Amino acid sequence: MKFTTSWLKEHLDTDASVAEIAETLTRIGLEVEAIEDRAAALAAFTIAYVIEAKQHPNADRLRVCMVDTGAGEPVQVVCGAPNARTGMKGVFSPPGSYIPGKKITLGKGVIRGVESNGMLVSEAELELSEDHDGIIELPADAPVGQPYATYAGLDDAVIEIAVTPNRADALGVAGIARDLAAAGLGKLKNAPIQPISGSFPCPVKVTFDLAGDDKKLCPAFALRLVRGVKNGPSPDWLQARLRAVGLRPINALVDITNFMTLDRNRPLHVFDAAKVQGNLTVRRAKEGETILALDGKTYALTDEQVVIADEHGVESLAGIMGGEASGSSETTTDVLIESALWDPLNIARSGRALGINSDARYRFERGVDPDFARPGLDLATAMVIELCGGEASEMEFVGDLPESPAAIDFPWSEVERLTGLDLPQAEMKQALTSLGFDVSGEGERVTVAPPSWRADVGGKADLVEEIVRIAGLDRVASTPLPRIKGEVVKPVLTVLQKRTRTAKRTLAARGLVEAVTWSFISHDQAKLFGGGSPKLALANPIAADLSDMRPSLLPGLIRAAQGNADRGFPDVALFEVGQIFLSDEPEGQLVAATGLRRGTARLEGTGRHWDGGANNVDIFDAKADVLGLLSALGVPTGGLQVVAGGPAWAHPGRSATLQFGPKGVIGAFGEVHPKILKALDAKGPLVAFEIHLDALPLPKAKPTKVKAKLVLSDFQPVTRDFAFIVDKAVAAGDMMKTAQGTDRALIANVGVFDLYEGAGVEAGKKSVALAVTLQPVEKTLTEAEIEAVGAKIVAEMAKRYGATLRG
Amino acid sequence: MTDIAALERDTLAAIAAAADEAAVEDVRIAALGKSGSVSALLKTLGGMTPDERKEKGPQINGLRDRVQTAIAARKEALGEAALEARLASERLDVSLPVQDGPEARGRIHPISQVIDEITAIFGDMGFAIAEGPDVETDDLNFTKLNFPVGHPAREMHDTFFFAPDENGERKLLRTHTSPVQVRTMLAQQPPIRVICPGRTYRNDSDQTHTPMFHQVEGLVIDKSANLGHLKWILEEFCKSFFEIDDVKMRFRPSFFPFTEPSMEVDIQCSRKGGEIRFGEGDDWLEILGCGMVHPNVLRNCGLDPDVYQGFAWGMGIDRIAMLKYGMPDLRPFFEADVRWLSHYGFRPLDLPTLTGGLSS
Repeated sequence: MKFTTSWLKEHLDTDASVAEIAETLTRIGLEVEAIEDRAAALAAFTIAYVIEAKQHPNADRLRVCMVDTGAGEPVQVVCGAPNARTGMKGVFSPPGSYIPGKKITLGKGVIRGVESNGMLVSEAELELSEDHDGIIELPADAPVGQPYATYAGLDDAVIEIAVTPNRADALGVAGIARDLAAAGLGKLKNAPIQPISGSFPCPVKVTFDLAGDDKKLCPAFALRLVRGVKNGPSPDWLQARLRAVGLRPINALVDITNFMTLDRNRPLHVFDAAKVQGNLTVRRAKEGETILALDGKTYALTDEQVVIADEHGVESLAGIMGGEASGSSETTTDVLIESALWDPLNIARSGRALGINSDARYRFERGVDPDFARPGLDLATAMVIELCGGEASEMEFVGDLPESPAAIDFPWSEVERLTGLDLPQAEMKQALTSLGFDVSGEGERVTVAPPSWRADVGGKADLVEEIVRIAGLDRVASTPLPRIKGEVVKPVLTVLQKRTRTAKRTLAARGLVEAVTWSFISHDQAKLFGGGSPKLALANPIAADLSDMRPSLLPGLIRAAQGNADRGFPDVALFEVGQIFLSDEPEGQLVAATGLRRGTARLEGTGRHWDGGANNVDIFDAKADVLGLLSALGVPTGGLQVVAGGPAWAHPGRSATLQFGPKGVIGAFGEVHPKILKALDAKGPLVAFEIHLDALPLPKAKPTKVKAKLVLSDFQPVTRDFAFIVDKAVAAGDMMKTAQGTDRALIANVGVFDLYEGAGVEAGKKSVALAVTLQPVEKTLTEAEIEAVGAKIVAEMAKRYGATLRG
Repeated sequence: MTDIAALERDTLAAIAAAADEAAVEDVRIAALGKSGSVSALLKTLGGMTPDERKEKGPQINGLRDRVQTAIAARKEALGEAALEARLASERLDVSLPVQDGPEARGRIHPISQVIDEITAIFGDMGFAIAEGPDVETDDLNFTKLNFPVGHPAREMHDTFFFAPDENGERKLLRTHTSPVQVRTMLAQQPPIRVICPGRTYRNDSDQTHTPMFHQVEGLVIDKSANLGHLKWILEEFCKSFFEIDDVKMRFRPSFFPFTEPSMEVDIQCSRKGGEIRFGEGDDWLEILGCGMVHPNVLRNCGLDPDVYQGFAWGMGIDRIAMLKYGMPDLRPFFEADVRWLSHYGFRPLDLPTLTGGLSS
């Protein structure tokens, strides 16, 4: 919403400066977005007198003028305007000034051999109008040397405010003035509006073709004919006012409706009565009807839209935009002025459906003052008669004005209860009454009736807001919020929240970089990872490849890794801990922790290195990541099973499922399947893991924080190595478990310290070397005792796996 | 009778001339061995008269001691020299680079870091962290929050919708984390103090808008929480979060469907050379929206607005991250470019705490 200070002062008696006005507007909730101070922009341009204008010696079209600028000696200026002549007054622009219409800074120059020290400017050059036919001509009494902007009334700041959806009343200058007056910035003028009686009945009748519930689409409709008008350009003051706020003057009748919209938040429509056939009907549009609107576009209508029709058909889109066919023009002599009320919801829907953003729609969908429908028509009528002459008919009025907002039972104490601000009752009452509220009753509880233009005020809290915004929010004192109990704060994070944080820190500490990728991915990608259900597909995605909620973090991360590779960084390790969507129910949203390593981005380092390295990542990097993560999360991994074979995204022979029993799957790791890479337009080597943090077993609740007792042996551990030859298919993990199981009391640890296939080992076989650590508890083991355990392990391996000791 | 002085001179010269430990050992055997020259002298002591012994004894014993000392010294010197020679040969090029370890390469995304910072501050004030689903119902995202159906404020949210189900109800991606406030009020009796950080979505994209972003909202409900408390919390938060001693904030009346009175909050700043600094200057920067929870919202959540009262606020996590750490553009937050993440991300163990400081 834009207006000028002079416009504001039509409604507000105030000496306040632009800065004070702006500061107050923001303080009371009408946030100032911009102040355009044209006086400052036009400060260089002054009124000047052309002492003499004579023909340029070298150019037919140019004149050489001696100009009195009021600042000493006359200045010589070369001027090309046809109207430059001796004795005229105009506007002078000195060298060094910026000409907004030409976007140049003026310099001294020599034009066709004659020196020119400035310029006489046109309105177009000052961006005051599009008139560039000649230089500005001013009356003989214009004071030479004075700033032109002051003289022409252009020293008038244009203020633009943001109006929140609840403050429809502030979409008119008069309403803004009321708020400022309430805030103590001046006195509201509030000139009374004289009703116009009319000398003849309105010849055009209005009927509602709206039944039942549809009656609310147009609660009331007022219409009046003014006959014998002479339409034409509106007066300068009106044109200037509209232009200042960015509107293009059209003709007096249209300019009056625009003025009423901006001045009073009262959108009107004018029909050329000669072009209206018969009476007017307000009804829903019929499917297939069209209208050529005033913006020059043709709109196809449906029965969702309300229209005003005559015997020809649709003449106007109710509350949104008039029709071209019955619009006013310079030749209009009889004009019908409409002032109606429309249903905000319907206007909003229709405007959206048709894609029309008009000033009328903007106001009707926020709600205009219903009680002003009649006075608004009278005021507009008076303006038409004043500017265009003519004779007014009586007002045709159909429908009923809606009831005013309900009165509110209001205890003054509510203000302090909600804000902590203790204000005198008199001040609170003054704030409300100056905003137009009616306060009745005395004492601690009063009845407050909101004015007709404040349909947004429906309860006590709304009144509190009105009072504190006028009193000033800066008066609300900052007050410490006491702790609920005066004690050291208790932990606030849930297990899942803690695990989420720990997972991020752990993976980062393992050298992975945290990415945050889109929650939505393409439909094809979602399907590849087990998603793509219609319930998780957006109806209005922002882009075709951001359409489906992700069932896994992997597709996003794989694409991100490839993006980095495409930028020249092929060795990246990325992770994300975030939401995945298995259904559209809250329970279907899980937290996944997912990581991947690409190229040579291994834990120890990335890329080629003089000390070896440059090895590609393999699944054991991913396995180490995920097991390290589980360990950091404090998940007991004793019962964890690593089952060969993973989900569909993984290489079937190079992946595993992590589970606590078949029903306790928590995730997987592996090499990304070549088909998946191809589908995602990505390249490996790429290994990854994904676990669902929600699926992890919860820590056991314990009565105290005491850790299990530490038992240390007094005897040194002994390690014995065994190299077994087994079939390639035998899992080393199984062998380790078997070895461990031969003597649970004595065997503290089993490791695989060597793995070998090739020369010296039969084809189809492999050598697996186990290091078995024995931890004596009661006494040092004798060599015979150690041998006995070893023999048992060898026998067990032979029995289970056909293993033989490597020679 | 050997000339003791001559023997000493020759022996010490031999020790000094010994080039390595083996040569020293040869000299030792020649002098102090069983049939060594000094040993031979020592043996003569037994056959001497007491007077001769009295005279010669100290001379011969002295000779032996000096030879022993000289041998030990020579051995040590040679050992030193040998060690020095070994060390010299073992020299390594310490300028060779080591690989950047995982702790040097890993990074935490600024959004995670800022959520941890916010959690540290509000955790200290006794706020719990409430979370809710991204896929929400229209009821929880709008209706319960006092957005009338068809209201312009609803349209301003640029909502992502899912297809309608068999009953014509369509779910949506939450446009703010406010539905978590509703869920909290429906699930829990006051007093309530929660913050709700999370991912939010709007169908909008430009330099400062992405279709997905992050918000944190706060909610306090009890029987006395008022605007003064809200002001204090927000001032304390801003000081703590931006790590400045003082902050000037401006509360402007505004409008949100779910609060009444509603306010927008500006923070005073300077913008010298494109860098925003808080606690100085005379510019204002809008940073958050807040207000007293609307009575309709309380009622919708089963709370009597004449008994319970409270306030809520909300701000963009990505936005305050940009303000604090100076990222100029929002879009790279979600592009996973490791150059950006390495630069703007945080080291794995930069854990924000109030005791140690939020940032290092």
